[in-house]
Amino acid sequence: MSTLHTVNKSPFEKNSLADCLGYAKEGSAVLMYEDGVYGAMKGNAVAEKVAAASGVKFYALGPDLKARGISEEKLAEGIEVVDYAGFVSLAVENDKVSAWV
Amino acid sequence: MKFAIQVNEGPYQHQATDSAYQFAKAALDAGHEIMRVFFYHDGVNNGTNLTTPPQDDRNIVNRWSELGKAHDLDMVVCVAAAQRRGIVDEGEMQRNGKDAQNIADGFRISGLGQLIEAGIQSERLMVFGD
Amino acid sequence: MSETIKKFMYLNRRAPYGTIYAWESLEVVLIGAAFDQDVSLAFIGDGVYQLLEGQDTSESDMKNFSTTYKALGDYDVTKLYVEKESLEERGLTLDDLMPLTWEDEDDDWAEKDSIRLVSRAELADVLDDQDIVYSF
Repeated sequence: MSTLHTVNKSPFEKNSLADCLGYAKEGSAVLMYEDGVYGAMKGNAVAEKVAAASGVKFYALGPDLKARGISEEKLAEGIEVVDYAGFVSLAVENDKVSAWV
Repeated sequence: MKFAIQVNEGPYQHQATDSAYQFAKAALDAGHEIMRVFFYHDGVNNGTNLTTPPQDDRNIVNRWSELGKAHDLDMVVCVAAAQRRGIVDEGEMQRNGKDAQNIADGFRISGLGQLIEAGIQSERLMVFGD
Repeated sequence: MSETIKKFMYLNRRAPYGTIYAWESLEVVLIGAAFDQDVSLAFIGDGVYQLLEGQDTSESDMKNFSTTYKALGDYDVTKLYVEKESLEERGLTLDDLMPLTWEDEDDDWAEKDSIRLVSRAELADVLDDQDIVYSF
């Protein structure tokens, strides 16, 4: 089963991203949204962990990036930006959704 | 796709209810079905008709009421969580001896069985929380 | 109550009492028990604190709901996965947790442990197998 994992808290506030990465298997997707988008930025303390998650596809929610002043150049490599319609598609394309709040 | 949505946080305090709303809207726009939006924990506070947010900001409660009306959504506020937090409809008002009710348009108060049923009957459960 | 049987996972990552999530999630589990689904609970991170033995709220004037975990076996909720790494990070072992059991009617009512101590990797496989994940 492929899972869409969602992470909505900053990795510096809570360990939701770390928890999620411990459970995200190959072939799964991780969507960072709300304050979770800070986990998608390059050069921060979690960037290595994100890069190391093999077989996991990472997404960040565009509207939440924009709200926080995070331009796409500031994102780590391999992060795909999606909008809410994309969020819905990800939920449809994967077999289930696991929320790491 | 048949979605169920769980909202765990109240209006303004957390972005959860905003995210849930935007997701719901996008899902409906894409032609999907939302069989229930279930408000739990502080999420029940999305169902009060007593908010007066500033004019220059979004009206979260009204937004849900309008979306609910436009798409005939089943927006359920958990009775146990509502009793703890003071969200009251006519029935609860009578049952618990309250002198007012404050449930917003389009919301109904019901039991946790509705959340379980949503999990059983939907194809995807989306949880928005903190 | 329904023909469909889904694998329901209740994800618990928070400590008790500091917030209401632990208790209100348990309320969902109790109500959910009547729906005859294939239920599992996972305790990850601070969620493992929910199962600590010896909770006494008499001086906090808060509801002590820890005994409710002991009743789960009677509700046919018998799969409580506790993540080993989360216990270890917190300096805890199984001995620190409440002894939670259930009676297997298919095995002459033998008393069995409800708590399943699993590694993160094992729990990841369990989670992967679920149909529905409730987060609180």
